Amino acid sequence: MTSTSVIDELKKTQILELLEQGKRVDGRALDEVRELSIEINAIPKANGSARIKLGDTEVICGVKIQPDRPFPDTGDKGLLICTAELLPLSHPTVETGPPQPPVIELARVTDRGIRESHMIDVSQLVIEKDKSVIGVFADNVVVDYDGNLFDACSYAATMALLSSKTPTWNWVDEKPVLAEGEETQLPIMTIPVSVTMAKIGNHIVVDPNGDEWACMDARVTITSDSDGNICALQKGGSDGFTLDEIVKCGETSVKVGAQIREKLKAAQQGGQ
Amino acid sequence: MGGRDATMVLLDENGIRCDGRKVDEPRRIMIRAGGLKNADGSAYIEFGDNKILVGVFGPRDVHPKHMSNTDTGILRVRYHMEPFSVTERKNPAPSRREIEISKVIKEALEPAVMLEKFPRTAVDVFIEILQADGGTRCAALTAASVALADAGIPMRDMVAAIAAGKVADTVILDVNNEEDQAGQADMPIGYMPSAEKITLLQLDGVLTPEEYKKCVQVGVDGCKLVYELQKKALNDKYFGNKGD
Repeated sequence: MTSTSVIDELKKTQILELLEQGKRVDGRALDEVRELSIEINAIPKANGSARIKLGDTEVICGVKIQPDRPFPDTGDKGLLICTAELLPLSHPTVETGPPQPPVIELARVTDRGIRESHMIDVSQLVIEKDKSVIGVFADNVVVDYDGNLFDACSYAATMALLSSKTPTWNWVDEKPVLAEGEETQLPIMTIPVSVTMAKIGNHIVVDPNGDEWACMDARVTITSDSDGNICALQKGGSDGFTLDEIVKCGETSVKVGAQIREKLKAAQQGGQ
Repeated sequence: MGGRDATMVLLDENGIRCDGRKVDEPRRIMIRAGGLKNADGSAYIEFGDNKILVGVFGPRDVHPKHMSNTDTGILRVRYHMEPFSVTERKNPAPSRREIEISKVIKEALEPAVMLEKFPRTAVDVFIEILQADGGTRCAALTAASVALADAGIPMRDMVAAIAAGKVADTVILDVNNEEDQAGQADMPIGYMPSAEKITLLQLDGVLTPEEYKKCVQVGVDGCKLVYELQKKALNDKYFGNKGD
């Protein structure tokens, strides 16, 4: 996803020196998120969509909703699947071909945050038990890279799902038949918000930008729900955290998450 | 994954779990250092019904060459499940889940291994899950640390790992397969007890901020138990006190 070069090493020295004075390269406070701009329904052919910019990181998410077969052991639940992909135009080092491990991790962490928060009540997405259910696919594409894809993809997927309208299908002659003109909101139970923090030296910064991402020692992504509970977490990077740091990161994620949740809600209302 | 058997009692009125354990009781853990002839270092772990074999090679030449780094050695980890390790045959090709776990374990081991001492080389860790029963990544990370030590690779500390979690609104130690499927939360933790650093941490499931704090603490305490067993395994091999 990103390669370390001599420039990155020089930047790391600069970033560390600034952090020693409590400052960041782009002038933000340590717990300050970059400007988040959200456009919903950017792709009218999708059932729901969002185009978000987190600083210079830009992600488009489109939701497609269609009848599908249920998994054999969960015939009473619909499907909810989030993916993420880095497009070759997003960064000079991105190549075409099968996804590399960091991209697979990105997709799985994005999916896990939304799934584990129980954002969508999938038990309401059943057309005919054990035979046909509604499948909701939220596919993220990264179009411009400047760090912290985890949060960018999570916000894009969340906004796309919030803006989605699902068609209605009836079970007729052993198959799902589309009911024309009957569209409803997805059954939204909570709004998950992912907050990623990077550890650089002994400093922890929220929403690392591309330069901070390239030189961080470790990172942690924590998703919280509307009740302020923590519902998913992923640590990454080649260093560790102390117990105190992890507890503190949990608190920060809930606090910052609440601020972002208000922005997501405002964007949802503004777009309707 | 999805809940399989919603009616199963995960925690009874006496605080006993579905496999007879208490809330803070880990499963039976057996670790053996060494065992493979060709690997530079190896370890075998039985963690409840998990059976995992780890082999380590290196530091050695890097192929393909462009992967090598002139500043430091690199660590490569492959976590792989045998087709017969789970109830329904697993396709032997690496799944997305295995690729993610390989990456997570690699990043959990990197803080422990002094790779900077071996520029331009690679240390390869091969993890083979022979039988899986919940908590394989923790058991695998635990065994991989022992195998790296067995290979004589300089390390700052070993990483010990175990999962904390939540079933029936109660924080528990060492989540088994049933508890992972039907429980409320699963939080695998890898920890270096001497360096006091958490190097692997994941969570799925909903926790209140208080439960979150408790889970991390319970997991770290559990890692310290596992750490003693790792040291014992190395002691047994190199100092031969197999009797105790």
